[in-house]
Amino acid sequence: MKPVSEAELAEIVTSAKGSFEIIGGGTRQIGRTEGDPLHTSGLSGISLYEPEALTLVAQAGTPLAEIETLLAENGQRLPFEPYDLRALQGTTGTPTIGGVVATNASGPRRIQAGACRDSLIGVRFVDGLGRIIKNGGRVMKNVTGYDLVKLLAGSHGTLGVLTEVSFKLLPASEATASVLVQEDEATSAATMAKAMASPYDISGAAHTDGTTALRLEGLEGSVRYRSHVLANLLAGEVAAFDWVAQRDVQAFAGLKGDVWRISVKPSDGPALAEALRRLGAETINFDWAGGLIWANAPEGQDLRKALGTISGHATVIRNTFKKHRSFHPEGAAIEILSSGLRNQFDPRGILNPERL
Amino acid sequence: MQMPKPNADILARKGEIVARLRQVLPASAVIDDPFETKAYECDALSAYRCPPLAVVLPANTEETAAALKACFEMGVPVVPRGSGTSLAGGALPTEDSVILGVARLNGVLETDYDNRFIRVQSGRTNLSVTGAVEANGYFYAPDPSSQLACAIAGNIAMNSGGAHCLKYGVTTNNLLGVKMVTMEGEVIEIGGAHLDAAGYDLLGLICGSEGQLGVVTEATLRILAKPEGARPVLIGFDSNEVAGACVSDIIRAGVLPVAIEFMDRPVIRAAENFTHAGYPDVEALLIIEVEGSEAEIAEQLEKITEIARRHNPVELRESQSAEESANIWKGRKAAFGAMGQINDYMCLDGTIPVSKLPETLRGITALSRQYGLDVGNVFHAGDGNMHPLILYDANKPGDLELCEAMGADILKLCVEVGGCLTGEHGVGVEKRELMHSQFGGDDLDIQMAVKDVFDPKWLLNPAKVFPLDASEGRRQ
Repeated sequence: MKPVSEAELAEIVTSAKGSFEIIGGGTRQIGRTEGDPLHTSGLSGISLYEPEALTLVAQAGTPLAEIETLLAENGQRLPFEPYDLRALQGTTGTPTIGGVVATNASGPRRIQAGACRDSLIGVRFVDGLGRIIKNGGRVMKNVTGYDLVKLLAGSHGTLGVLTEVSFKLLPASEATASVLVQEDEATSAATMAKAMASPYDISGAAHTDGTTALRLEGLEGSVRYRSHVLANLLAGEVAAFDWVAQRDVQAFAGLKGDVWRISVKPSDGPALAEALRRLGAETINFDWAGGLIWANAPEGQDLRKALGTISGHATVIRNTFKKHRSFHPEGAAIEILSSGLRNQFDPRGILNPERL
Repeated sequence: MQMPKPNADILARKGEIVARLRQVLPASAVIDDPFETKAYECDALSAYRCPPLAVVLPANTEETAAALKACFEMGVPVVPRGSGTSLAGGALPTEDSVILGVARLNGVLETDYDNRFIRVQSGRTNLSVTGAVEANGYFYAPDPSSQLACAIAGNIAMNSGGAHCLKYGVTTNNLLGVKMVTMEGEVIEIGGAHLDAAGYDLLGLICGSEGQLGVVTEATLRILAKPEGARPVLIGFDSNEVAGACVSDIIRAGVLPVAIEFMDRPVIRAAENFTHAGYPDVEALLIIEVEGSEAEIAEQLEKITEIARRHNPVELRESQSAEESANIWKGRKAAFGAMGQINDYMCLDGTIPVSKLPETLRGITALSRQYGLDVGNVFHAGDGNMHPLILYDANKPGDLELCEAMGADILKLCVEVGGCLTGEHGVGVEKRELMHSQFGGDDLDIQMAVKDVFDPKWLLNPAKVFPLDASEGRRQ
């Protein structure tokens, strides 16, 4: 089914006989679900764009590319740098803004500009009973009532079908530079921590394949100055780095096995990487100053075991062998609250059942 | 403003309730002497007062849990309280409620510079969080005006902002984790030192829930390396419209200052008389602050002043020294106090799309004439968070009611132009009944359904946020 209006979508959900699998562009499918495909791509179009207010409102099915193109033409951008999983997951659809929000997709700039949920300022959605709900709005600061905006971000379509999303934007950078340090993983955590402790406003900090990369963005003179002093501080050099490849972990696209995405505190990164390797992970990529770890794993290996006493969580982004639940299990107390919420938003359990 | 009728049964059981609280808490943590509970009868929305049944001041998470569990079992409503600086009545008690104050929970539990976070007890004041890390070159970004006094617990409850949130965001963007006690006395941990917790964003939901979902006892907060320097520029204009247009052009040009503050003539005059900051007597004043190294500051200020000059400013003053910078901020930071010197005032907090600034200011002026009450405007222009200050005379019968009616009309105007009732102060009791103007029945119902999950008996701060008629069935 592919409704072309919010009202039609609400009607479809209200009169549902079974469950739905909600699909934007079908390019960020994480975890299993069952149900009739319910496509949101019919709800497309940018409803409002005010560059001078740094605000954009779009229908959930709007292609991400359409939004990014319009913003680029106006010297602005979505701050959180959403990643594109098509190469990694081997899908061919058109990523939608609703899918970005439903998965809280956030790239390397997460450490400076926040995640998708931090830029999201308003949502409209249809809940599991077919009710049309709005929360937040189109203004940057809003504490009127509970913040369901954040709750919906990253809820993977299990609390409601998003119909419209609003963002605060940022100016695009006039200039970008990267400082690269050639070093082993073992010392990279300290390098990234040192960069993050500097006043130079780092907007990307990654380590991959023997290179630690730090990104600086902003006005031209400022980037020139900061990249110079940072290179001196870290004994590195100013050179090119492919941040799109880093964002989309393109290096993993051709690798065999499951691909895991693990969030920990940055200083736990090196020890975790060691443990991951002991479980068979071959390639490991660090982002978010070391706090986000991408790793592949051979068939049957549960990389969650590597966490041990380290606090954090792991998600299987490419579930080749379908042997593990994609989402990290939660503690009992949190699980009670989460299922309680799900039951309030979708009492019939028809929106992406079994996902999350 | 209406509050629900206190539960007579609870009032009658006061002795028994206090005795039970004394059983589970140290004696010094329970206050029931009417002379002492009077100190908790209101917060910074001091027009409304009501002494609580009792006050408990736990010293740790375990005592907080014990107090909540006892109240839950006795069916007694609990009103959490940070430092009592809420402008919306978020900590206003009812006669049949127990105030749970977190003032004794003020310790620093952990600082971690490698991972850039600090873990504190929730009663710690906002400014003292920065105080704990600034010697090492770090700061905690959200900076509400009340930061000297306000507690992190209250910041989380109201999702507080501040002058610098244009760049650094508000509390929710700087909160990594909490330890929270539910009304039933269960201790839960959400998030932690890592980014983006698994599962639903419960942290985002807790932040800004006005103490209705749980009592936060510990918070893990993101800290940031201090910029090399900061400098403000002060720009005066002869009309609000032109000042508003200047703000739009600066944002459009791709410069992102850390703060853009706006004051109109009544506030400029009051602030100048109060602080002698050296403000020019103009219609509208912008204070724009940028950060970075000397060269970076110069680069940004050059762009900003070039744009400002195109709007023919009456005055344009770049700070040349730390002393001048302090002077430029002095008047703005004292603006509320300065207005308080000349009159009683009510401070609103509606947020509007930046593009609707001139239209909204005109609307506020019209309402000011209609009601015969003066208004001063001071606000965060970069993010559209207005703070109209309505002047009234608390000693003049009927003036408060007139002021409230005018405030309601201003907030409805904010909603009409695409904004919201409150940007950073919270709904509390103050804007509770206006929620119908922003939300439909289903919008409110699903929010209340969230509270049902965390607090099924609606004992935690029950008479806040939601219009009393909407929450009535759930509160009984």
